[in-house]
Amino acid sequence: MSNLIPSFDFHRVVISPWTTELDSFGWVVLMGFLVATACGLVGNYLILRRMALVGDAISHSVLPGLAVGFLVANSRGSTPMFVGALVAGVFTTILIEIIHKKSRVKQDAAIGISFTSLFAIGVILISLYASKVDLDQECVLYGEIGNIWIDTPFQVGSIILGPTAVVRMACVTLLTLGLILLFYKELLVSSFDPGLAYSLGINATAVHYALMCLLSVVVVSAFESVGAILVIAMLILPGATASLLSQRLPIVLCLSAVHAALSSVLGIHLALWLNCSIAGAMVVTGAALFGLAWIFSPSQGLIRHWTRSRLEGPVPAAGETDEV
Amino acid sequence: MHRVYASRLTLHALRLIALVIFGLTLPAHAAKIGDLAETNIIEQAIRFFTFQDPAVRYALAGSMLLGITCGLLGSFIVVRKMALVGDALSHAVLPGVAIGFLWNMTKDPIAIFIGATLAGLSGAALVTLIKQTTKLKEDSALGLVLASFFAVGICLLTMIQRLPTGNKSGIEKFLFGQAAAISAADVRLMAVITALVIVAIFVFYKEFLITSFDSTFAQVVRFPAQLIHYALMLLLAFAVVIALQAVGVVLVSAMLITPAAAAYLLTDRMSRMLWLSALFGLLAGAIGSFFSFLGPNLPTGPFMVLGATTVFLLAFLFGPRHGVVMRWWRQRSRARRTGRENTLKAIYHVLEARDFKGEGVSLRELSERRRETIEEAKTQVAELRRHNLVTLHEEGNLAFLTPAGWQLACAIVRNHRLWELYLTNAAHIAADHVHEDAEKIEHVLGEEVVRQLEKRLEYATTDPHGRPIPSLADMRQGGAQTGPPEELLGYGKRV
Repeated sequence: MSNLIPSFDFHRVVISPWTTELDSFGWVVLMGFLVATACGLVGNYLILRRMALVGDAISHSVLPGLAVGFLVANSRGSTPMFVGALVAGVFTTILIEIIHKKSRVKQDAAIGISFTSLFAIGVILISLYASKVDLDQECVLYGEIGNIWIDTPFQVGSIILGPTAVVRMACVTLLTLGLILLFYKELLVSSFDPGLAYSLGINATAVHYALMCLLSVVVVSAFESVGAILVIAMLILPGATASLLSQRLPIVLCLSAVHAALSSVLGIHLALWLNCSIAGAMVVTGAALFGLAWIFSPSQGLIRHWTRSRLEGPVPAAGETDEV
Repeated sequence: MHRVYASRLTLHALRLIALVIFGLTLPAHAAKIGDLAETNIIEQAIRFFTFQDPAVRYALAGSMLLGITCGLLGSFIVVRKMALVGDALSHAVLPGVAIGFLWNMTKDPIAIFIGATLAGLSGAALVTLIKQTTKLKEDSALGLVLASFFAVGICLLTMIQRLPTGNKSGIEKFLFGQAAAISAADVRLMAVITALVIVAIFVFYKEFLITSFDSTFAQVVRFPAQLIHYALMLLLAFAVVIALQAVGVVLVSAMLITPAAAAYLLTDRMSRMLWLSALFGLLAGAIGSFFSFLGPNLPTGPFMVLGATTVFLLAFLFGPRHGVVMRWWRQRSRARRTGRENTLKAIYHVLEARDFKGEGVSLRELSERRRETIEEAKTQVAELRRHNLVTLHEEGNLAFLTPAGWQLACAIVRNHRLWELYLTNAAHIAADHVHEDAEKIEHVLGEEVVRQLEKRLEYATTDPHGRPIPSLADMRQGGAQTGPPEELLGYGKRV
């Protein structure tokens, strides 16, 4: 038990990453921040639209898309990977819709059936072609964010920008940010009031599928760093934490970026200390931040909840309206 | 009309083809491994089916037991719309598995069982707490707890893996499952849990049933609904934990959801759903352990899940009542019957317009009556002929109603006019507004309803537009004739 948790070496954990090891450490932190920000921004809309678990489903089911992409292209090229994952992601949403609409199976079960089947196909493909596919089960689970800085550098002319994966993720994050700024009104209205969106002439179905496409892109680019399962944490934790602290969407979006930055920096320090999976540690930190927000939130925090209920008698539960 | 059917037909055909291709890809891959090591696969298959190897027996027994347990509990999960609670619970057990392993640094089934159950239950409790105290909705709360617990588990697992001491082999098998890793002790534990679940469901069947389907009623009769909910969660945690070893953390939820959802498509009775779901779970378990046994490094969980998915797909497509293909077929045959009945009605109208004089109805008359082309009339009449409702003469240009056709035509026109009369007399709808409604209802009125309508309308003989309503006697009259009738007898022309 004692050698499970290593002693806390201040210099190794806190000082050296920012001084001697900045070359590798900097890229890892940047990558973590980019992944968490892109996921967090998209995730806010998933939370608003009560589609958090669709996000979970898509993050699982891009796996067969990736595997097929690898098999077709026979390399770890980014284009077939993206196309495969994008198709798989959109296919999942359609599959959920078909099962849900065409039979009496409810939506939750439809989600469960479709993503587990697709994920199972993905795992089987990977284990059958383990030698050909440069992807292993571990990578599927934890990602390899720790090795991101070894990736081949991306060059424009003679200027070296940084590891290709980081540059690609930066593009995806900027794309996400740009699209959210550009279609802010459409996303806002169709998330909160589909009726109003319809009367304003906004095509809610198109917005829905565009969001799903964006989600697939973000998920697949995050996949490499954090694996298939921890993506869901990256999607939900920033938005959920931010929504405990504010009711206004612009502030919530900014706060979720702050959460992303904090959880990536602190998470990597945690991983260095405990010598465990970086992606896992990032999520654990994010969850701890959520815990803090939950306890101390001025409007919905546990402390506030308890003091209020002692002063005013039992308060109606916040989630009363949608019981299971 | 027909074009709509055609497009729907092609749509469904495409969908079917896509599914077939989707299904065929898997055997194709399997064939590929076969090329690499063919003897190996056959040898392994023989080894599997002779059951001489104890490892095979344990793997198979364990997989089938977990299939039964998950199938039974999954039924309640699916009807309670808690499918994704199962998913969250199954991810949340991971840190418990790691802690159970750390307890004495071996894969001790009991320690892992206790750790995982506690972790799963605390995850479920946390979801409830988040839902109650914040504005976050259930889906966010589930996703959040699922991912956070899973991350803690991943951190612990990676920390365990770099430990120098301890027999840590097999701990990573908990992620995707390996039925071959099931030991005799595991099977004993599984059997105990399965028996517990079966007894619990048997004894508290009524309680589970009422709280699942009518929570308001359960509250009214003062059922301890909360207690039953937590009892179900506890059983669910047990099921997830015993399934972990073979299916893996990531895919356990599929074993809970998919067999039960397939059973849900096939029956409306809870008891039958439980049976079916347990059977499907058992099948999926057996399929999964067989396929993963064929290759050296194949995980069991995904194969089990795909086995369950296949069963679900079959139920989804070919379930007798709710299956997509069956429903489409029923709709199509209903639409075609309606089309036939409309043609017969048009023939009747043509005959009526000339006071039932003359021999048959020409295609030209029919097409003029329905304002369609001769070609369309031709296909419609050909369809009637296939069902022996008309005979064709003069190179297919003249249609004579057969006795059966005459009866059906009379019945449809009678239904139509009776309904029009009923709407004007009993519902006081204006006579010029009743036609549209009667156009639809005429195809679905049964004989019994017709008898009641006739009685209610005091055996009226004319409809609101003053046209005669064909009577039973007319229908019989037509039926008594053989061959093309010289003169068809309508209402008011009784012999």
